[in-house]
Amino acid sequence: MSTRTFGRRVPRNEDPRLLTGQALFVDDVHLQGMAHVAFVRSPYAHARILSVDLEAAREVPGVVSVVTADDLGDYWQPGPLLVPPPPIAGCVFHPRTQVPLARDKVRHVGEAVVAIVAESRYVAEDAAELVFVDYDPLPAVVDLEAALEPDAARLHDDLESNLAAHVVQRKGDWEQARTDAHAVIHRRLIYDRGTAAAMENRGIVAHWDPRGQKLTLWDTTQAPIPIRNGVAAMLGLSENQVRVIAPFIGGGFGPKIMMFYPEEMVIPWLSVQLGRPVKWIEDRQENFYATTQERGQIHEAEMALTEDGHILGVRDVFLHDSGAYDPYGLTVPINSQCTLLGLYDVPAYESEFRAVFTSKPIVTPYRGAGRQHGVFVMERLLDAAARELGIDRAEIRRRNLLSPDAFPHDHEIIYQDFTPLTYDSGNYEPILDLALETIGYERFVSEEQPAARAEGRHLGIGVVGYVEGTGIGPYEGARVQVETSGRVSVVTGVGTQGQGHMTSFAQVVAEQLGVEVTDVAVVTGDTDQFHWGAGTFASRGAVVAGNAIHAAAVGVREKVLRLAAEELEASADDLELVAGTVRVRGVPDSAIPLGELAARANPMRGAVEPGTEPGLESTDYFGPERGATAAGVHAMVVEVDAETFQVKILRYVVIHDCGTVINPMILDGQIHGGVAQGIGNAFYEQLVFDEDGQLMNASLMDYLLPTALDVPRIETGHLETPSPLNPLGVKGAGEAGAIPTGALFAQAVEDALGDPAFEIREIPLSPKRLWELWGEWRE
Amino acid sequence: MTVPREIELRVNGRRIRGVVEPRLLLSDFLRHEADLTGTHVGCEHGVCGACTVLLDGEAVRSCLLLAVQADGREVTTVEGLGTPEALHPLQQAFRDEHGLQCGFCTGGILMTLVPFLERCPDPTEDEVRHALSGNLCRCTGYQNIVDATLRGARALRGEEE
Repeated sequence: MSTRTFGRRVPRNEDPRLLTGQALFVDDVHLQGMAHVAFVRSPYAHARILSVDLEAAREVPGVVSVVTADDLGDYWQPGPLLVPPPPIAGCVFHPRTQVPLARDKVRHVGEAVVAIVAESRYVAEDAAELVFVDYDPLPAVVDLEAALEPDAARLHDDLESNLAAHVVQRKGDWEQARTDAHAVIHRRLIYDRGTAAAMENRGIVAHWDPRGQKLTLWDTTQAPIPIRNGVAAMLGLSENQVRVIAPFIGGGFGPKIMMFYPEEMVIPWLSVQLGRPVKWIEDRQENFYATTQERGQIHEAEMALTEDGHILGVRDVFLHDSGAYDPYGLTVPINSQCTLLGLYDVPAYESEFRAVFTSKPIVTPYRGAGRQHGVFVMERLLDAAARELGIDRAEIRRRNLLSPDAFPHDHEIIYQDFTPLTYDSGNYEPILDLALETIGYERFVSEEQPAARAEGRHLGIGVVGYVEGTGIGPYEGARVQVETSGRVSVVTGVGTQGQGHMTSFAQVVAEQLGVEVTDVAVVTGDTDQFHWGAGTFASRGAVVAGNAIHAAAVGVREKVLRLAAEELEASADDLELVAGTVRVRGVPDSAIPLGELAARANPMRGAVEPGTEPGLESTDYFGPERGATAAGVHAMVVEVDAETFQVKILRYVVIHDCGTVINPMILDGQIHGGVAQGIGNAFYEQLVFDEDGQLMNASLMDYLLPTALDVPRIETGHLETPSPLNPLGVKGAGEAGAIPTGALFAQAVEDALGDPAFEIREIPLSPKRLWELWGEWRE
Repeated sequence: MTVPREIELRVNGRRIRGVVEPRLLLSDFLRHEADLTGTHVGCEHGVCGACTVLLDGEAVRSCLLLAVQADGREVTTVEGLGTPEALHPLQQAFRDEHGLQCGFCTGGILMTLVPFLERCPDPTEDEVRHALSGNLCRCTGYQNIVDATLRGARALRGEEE
C-alpha cells in the first residue's frame, strides 16, 4: 500500500464549487411551476385549538391551498419513533412523537398548525397572517423540576405525568464506595439549552412527477436514506419511486437528522396532492422554534474518593429535558450517563435519570449529544474533590486515568448503540502530559499566574479530559467504480454537511487504487445512487462509511489485479497500482491505464466466463461490532475582567486521539469548529424561555453566536491510538471539540477569579451571569 | 400589495431587468430572479452576513436591501469573483488554508473581504478578525478563515508563497 495520500493535508475536492457559488443547496432548487409554503405556527407553548378560520387566507390572490391537520385525512399520523429505548432492565419509556400539523393541542411555541401553499413565499406569508386560530391557553410546562410535581399541567393528556422516561444503570457497589470513602463530594450542576444554529436553515423541495410516477425530494437532511424509506411508506409508494437528494448542506450538527420533521411529512404530501413542485425553506425565526434543540439537564451528583484522590464511586441523579416530544428516544440522556465516566477508572457507578416532557421545542442530539453534561459533571466533581483534598487539578486526573493495559475496558453499562459501553482502545496519560506541556501548566501555576495577580490581572488555567464514543453502527455501504475515463466514482449513502467527505473518502480510495485524489468523484446523499445506510451522526462518517468505502476500494483493487495479471501475463503479486495505471513492478512500459482496463472489463461482444461481474466495480458494507472511543484533553488560559466579568481566552490547546488520521487539515478544522461551538455554548449562547414557555431571544441579534473576535486561535496536537474495531484504525472526531468546553470554561474562570471557595455550577455563563454568581456568593 | 416597478441593474457586469414588487428583497431578486444562488440567506435580519454582496463596490447585506434600491446600480456577487477552473486569489487562499467547511457562509465572507483587502491590503490578524466580525461561520471556528485572508492578501499583493 502506498502512503501517497492517506494522512496528508490534501485540499478539498468540494471547495471550487463552494467557493464560486456553484454548489447546489436545497434553497437553490428552482423548478417550473413550483409553489411555496409558509406555516402558521402556535404562539402559545401549551394550548387547546378550539377552531381555525381560514376564509380570509384562502381569498388572498395567489394562494393555492390552505391545509390543516383535518385536511390530511388518514395521512395524519404521529411521526415514527426513530430510536427505540435501549435494552436496560427496568427502563420506563413513553414514546410521544411529533405530528405533521397540530390537531387538538399545541405543545410548544412554533408548532405548525396550518400550511399555506401559494405562488410565492411572500404571498404565502401574507395569507398566513390572515389565519385566525382560536386557542384556549393552558399552563406552560417550563421548569424541569416543577414539571414532575403532581399539580403540573400535563402535556400529553393520556399520560399520568410529564415523565417521559426513567432509567437506572449501575456498576459495582456505590453504597459500599460511599461507606469506604475518605471524602464524598456532592454538587448540584445545571446545563441549559442552546441551539445548533447551522448557518443554513432547514428546507425541503418536493417534486411529484405524475407522468413518471416518481417523487423527488431535496432535503437538508443528514439521513437521506431513512427519509426516503419513511416518505415512501407514509405515501404508500414503492421505495424506488422516491428519490431523496441531500445536496450540499449548510451545516448539520445533529438537528438536521431528526427525521421526520413535521415539514418533512407535509411538503411531500402537498406535492403529490397538487401535482406540482412545492418548496418550503425555514426562516431563521422558525429555526429557533421548529428545529430541535439540546442541553437542558439538572444533575445531583456525588463522588466518593480515597484520601489520595482515587475515585471509589460516582452517583448521579438527573433530569433531562425532552421538550414536547421524544422521537429520538433516549440517545441524549444515555450519552450523558455513559460519557460521564470519561478517561477514568470508576469502580462503582450508579446513574439514574428521568426524562421530562416540557412545552418547549423537541430535544434531539446536537454536536456532543448529551456528552457535554456527563463531562461537565465528572470534571466539576473532580475539581471540587481536588480542592477539598488539597490535590493539584491535573494530578487528581492523572491518578484516576485508565491505564493503557485496561483496554478493552468494559464499563458494565449499556451505551446508546445498545451494546455494552466498552472502550476499544486508548492511552490517556500521554494526552494529558502533552496538553500540560503545550499549555505550560507548571510554569503558569508557579510563575505566570502569581506575576499577573501581582499586577492586578486575573488569569486562570483549566485542564479537562473527555472521551467521545464515536463511529457506532449499524452499518454503511459504498460502491466504487473505475470508469473508462480512468476517473473513479464513489457513491455512499451518508449525507455531507461540510465535513469534507468528498476529499477524505477520495483519499481512502486513492490510497488503494493509486490515483489522484482529484480523480475520485464522491457522491453522497442521493438515494438513487446508493440506497442502503443510516446517515451522518455520532461522529461516524469517517469510521463507518470510510471503512465501507475502504472495503469497496479493496474489492476494486483485487479486480484490477486479477484482470491485469491476465492481461500482462504476470503474477498479481508482482503488480502495482501507480499514477492511474497498473503495471509490473519495476517495468513502467508494462503499464495499463485503469480506464483501459475498465473498458476491457466491460466487453460489448463475445463471451465471458460464467459468473463474471462486469466492470471494475465493487460494492461493500461495514458495520462495527460497537463504537470506537476517541479521547482528548483540552486546556486553556483565560483572563477575566473582575469589573465587567468579560472573559478573554488567551490560549486554547486541544490534544486529541482519534486513531488513524485520514486528513489532518480536515481533522483540525473539525476540532476548531467544535471548540467554537463549545465556547458559544459555555459563554455566549443560551435559549431563554420565560415562565409561559416563550423564547425570549429568538433571533441572531439576541442569541449570540461567537464571532471571529470571540474564538481564539486553537492549538491542536494529535496522538494516534488506532482502533482495533475497523481496518482503517480510525475513530470519529466530529464532536470532540465541543464536548469538554463548558467544563473547561468553568474551571479556568474559577481559577482566574482566584477565590478557592467560589464555584461555578452551571453552564452557559455570560458576563452578566458570572457577575450575578459572584455577587450571590459574596453575600 | 403595491404596483410592481421596473428596475434595471448591472450584476457581475451583466445588465439585468426585472419587474418587481417594491417589497422584494435584493437577496431574493438575485437568487430567484437573476438565478445567482451563490448569495445565501442565513438570517434575513442582517446579522449573519451570508448574503453580503457589493453594491457599487461596497459590501452590503442584500437581505436588508430591496431590489428597487439597486435600480440603476452595480452589484457584484460571489459568482463575479472567479470560476471553479480559475479561482480568484482569495478563493484559492480559502482552499489552500481550509477556510471553509459547509461553505454556506463563504460567499458572504468573500464579498466582505474583497473591499476590505482593497482598503487594507496588508492587514494584521487583529484587523482581519475585526473585518470578519460581522460574518457568522458555524463550522470553522474562524481560525482558518483568518489565515486564508492573510494568505489571500499576500497573493493579491503579488507576494510568492
